[in-house]
Amino acid sequence: MKTGSGRYDVCIVGAGVCGANIARRLSAYDLDVVLVDKESDVSFGVSKANSGIVHGGFHHNKKHLKARLELQGAMMFDRLKQELDFPFRRCGIVVAAMHEDEMRAIEQLYMQGVDNGVIGIEMCSRERMLELEPKINPDTLGGLWVPGGGIVEPYRFVFSLVESAKKNGVEILTDFELCAALRAGDEWTLRAKDGRTVKARYAVNAAGLFADEVSAIFGAEEFTIKPRKGEYYLLDRMTKARPDRVVFPVPTNISKGMLVIPTVEGTVLIGPTAEALDDKTDLATTREQLEKILSSARTMIPSISEYDVITSFAGLRPTLDEDFYIAMSQKAPDLVQVAGIQSPGLTASPAIGEYVKDLLKKAGLRLREKVDYDPFVGKRPHVKDLSPYEVDELAAADPAYANMVCRCEKVSEAEIVAAVRAGHTTLDGVKYFTRAQMGRCQGGFCTYKIIKIIMRETGLSWQDISKNGGESRMLKDAL
Amino acid sequence: MKELNFDAVVIGGGAAGMAAAIELDTAGFSCAIVEREEGLGGILGQCIHNGFGLIEFNEELTGPEFAERMEERLTGSKIASFTGTTVMEMDARAEIKTLYCYTAKYGVLRLNARAIVLAMGCRERNRGNIRIPGDRPAGVYTAGLAQRLVNIEGLVPGKNAVIIGSGDIGLIMARRMSWVGCKVHAVVEILPYPSGLTRNIVQCLHDFGIPLYLSHLTTRIIGKDRVEGVEVTPIENGAMMHEKAFVIPCDTVLLSVGLVPENELSKTAGVELNPMTNGPVVDSMLMTNVPGVFACGNVLHVHDLVDYVAEEARRAGQNVARWLKGDKPSREARLKAGSNVRYLAPSRVDLDRDNKLYLRTLIVKNGAMLEVKVNNRVVKTQKKSHIQPSEMITVELGPKDLESAAGSPDPVVEVSIN
Repeated sequence: MKTGSGRYDVCIVGAGVCGANIARRLSAYDLDVVLVDKESDVSFGVSKANSGIVHGGFHHNKKHLKARLELQGAMMFDRLKQELDFPFRRCGIVVAAMHEDEMRAIEQLYMQGVDNGVIGIEMCSRERMLELEPKINPDTLGGLWVPGGGIVEPYRFVFSLVESAKKNGVEILTDFELCAALRAGDEWTLRAKDGRTVKARYAVNAAGLFADEVSAIFGAEEFTIKPRKGEYYLLDRMTKARPDRVVFPVPTNISKGMLVIPTVEGTVLIGPTAEALDDKTDLATTREQLEKILSSARTMIPSISEYDVITSFAGLRPTLDEDFYIAMSQKAPDLVQVAGIQSPGLTASPAIGEYVKDLLKKAGLRLREKVDYDPFVGKRPHVKDLSPYEVDELAAADPAYANMVCRCEKVSEAEIVAAVRAGHTTLDGVKYFTRAQMGRCQGGFCTYKIIKIIMRETGLSWQDISKNGGESRMLKDAL
Repeated sequence: MKELNFDAVVIGGGAAGMAAAIELDTAGFSCAIVEREEGLGGILGQCIHNGFGLIEFNEELTGPEFAERMEERLTGSKIASFTGTTVMEMDARAEIKTLYCYTAKYGVLRLNARAIVLAMGCRERNRGNIRIPGDRPAGVYTAGLAQRLVNIEGLVPGKNAVIIGSGDIGLIMARRMSWVGCKVHAVVEILPYPSGLTRNIVQCLHDFGIPLYLSHLTTRIIGKDRVEGVEVTPIENGAMMHEKAFVIPCDTVLLSVGLVPENELSKTAGVELNPMTNGPVVDSMLMTNVPGVFACGNVLHVHDLVDYVAEEARRAGQNVARWLKGDKPSREARLKAGSNVRYLAPSRVDLDRDNKLYLRTLIVKNGAMLEVKVNNRVVKTQKKSHIQPSEMITVELGPKDLESAAGSPDPVVEVSIN
């Protein structure tokens, strides 16, 4: 809802988990906010492919901003879950030590956790570890238990934040690839590659992997975001190896290691690897890295089998320095830099929303609470989570709830239609929103049905059907 | 919630489900077919090529024609067909079994039955299952999905394709894609011999000049938005020859890398599976370990001809009818896969009746000898002029063959190939 002058108060560049949290936080105030992203849907960058962990607050020292934001952010998830519609559960985290040296590291993590004020953190004997997580390797020597740690579906979190932000007046512009930022008076004019422009008083650079390039476009600080690739395997929900807790190895100085994650939605994720790259678009998986994941995961949960693998994928973490870089730019006026948000960025993201709001306030943005701010979004029904009796009731009002499109993840036609109507008009958009194509057949049975529903609901022709926007077209000809 | 009672419910309305239901109806039992697609026929509907029906109907039919013939047998029967209906839950523990089925027509439908026939077929293995690394662009399809898109939706997924795996659907699609103006650059097979039927190699590859790379592994898929190529690495003496790897440019990858019986529903109902087939372990009546739950067709083990599916399913239907009347085998023997045999289905034989066994071998051989032993004594041999893993072998065993098993407390019938 732009004001008469056609100018927004704030333009946020990047609709990942940081941008979405910032947008939603600002939507509580009488402001005109626009959230732009270069991809065809929100959450299509770093936020779509990561471990989906709400971390336990023991990995980082409090002297770092990221540790403080992690602790604060982790506490905010319960309320967010009440207000929004995304899968989240505090299943707890165990860190397993397999050698004597690792037990010493566990002790340090424990002390750091206690110092950070982590609630319920425990040092565990082998027996205690096996009691907490019976699937763990019986050769474990002991470890750490953090009951507050949890799991979240990261893209669903972003979708719900964006939905809430939209409901409270934030505008979303996708396929908006920023190519110029001009300052005139107290106003930024941001131009996209396709010629669209947005005028805003303040700007936020939450561009993830591309925060360095966006900073350069603004004429702000020079820095370089280094992508660090993480490859994952996804296991079938019927695997016998599914643990009850998130299982971490003892971390190294570059990463938190390869985890075994029981996802909120019932599958199992193993990974990520950590490989420094130069190419920010390199999401390829490699045989060598994938082999590493299996062997590493098996040292913690020996029953993990390659026969349970349903897909592999890679995500990129945007690394900068040891700490997050969240500050007002010293070079470009009225620009907030939100860069280098690698792990635990997802956990910290709600606190980043608060932090950026405060930075903007200090920079002069007037925050007046909206009288009609509504923090709640409607919860969408998911057939997968309902009893036959509940589905029968839903189907009485809308029969499409009883028309199953995705058999593996139990997604009905009504849910696909809801995704498309909410603006997720690519196959990946529908996948992240509904889980259809995410199960064991990986879309073998439902892809054509989803293509037809997208065409029916949007009027798009076959030429326009894409995997994730741009040139990722699915079809080449029609008979 | 609408609730209906039947003697038997058949899950799946493909060739197997229809054949089993027809037998049940003929025997006078009330029977329903639950089919998730909008029509009966299963995957036959998209298999518009011919080669079906030579055994079942004594003539060469296309897939849709085969399905139509089966459906004709259904007309006039009392079989209730619920199409567009997906079985979401199955409780098979009690004597009366309950299925919760979701359908846009009725909402949730509760079906109660004394017997259940599993006939859900199989699904295609995909990229993730065989763990092909690389980029994740658009343009990677399973061959069956591509077949559906081309033959039913009239949509062509690509113009330059490479087919990974030489399974039958892949071979059929190599020809089909060529016909719709797509250049098929290669079929890449990891094994030293093709996985599909010989007739398909000849008719779908040789006739179109499509090269088949045997002993080649697809090591990478390349392409940011859309597929741009695949990297293929030769295998020599079991080792990957990385220095000989090459890239085949293409915009589409079709995967034909095997089928897996789709038994997730069976598992939730407590049905025990055979890890060699991924299908249920069944006795001589094709009944699973859960009393009253039977299996037939591709959900039991992957067949190579629909004619065999129909034949096996017909026997399943007859057995269910027998079982509903209280008839059970009085004496059974355990079947054991011997040398060079990958699996046998079913897992038991009835000593007093004619049995038909299906098996797959692990080897490729000309002039092989199949041998049946009862408690380590050879009772039957069969010469086989040519065997290979992709072609199913059938064996018939009657009461005469199995005579010597009588009196033994735990008789074992072993089938081997040498």
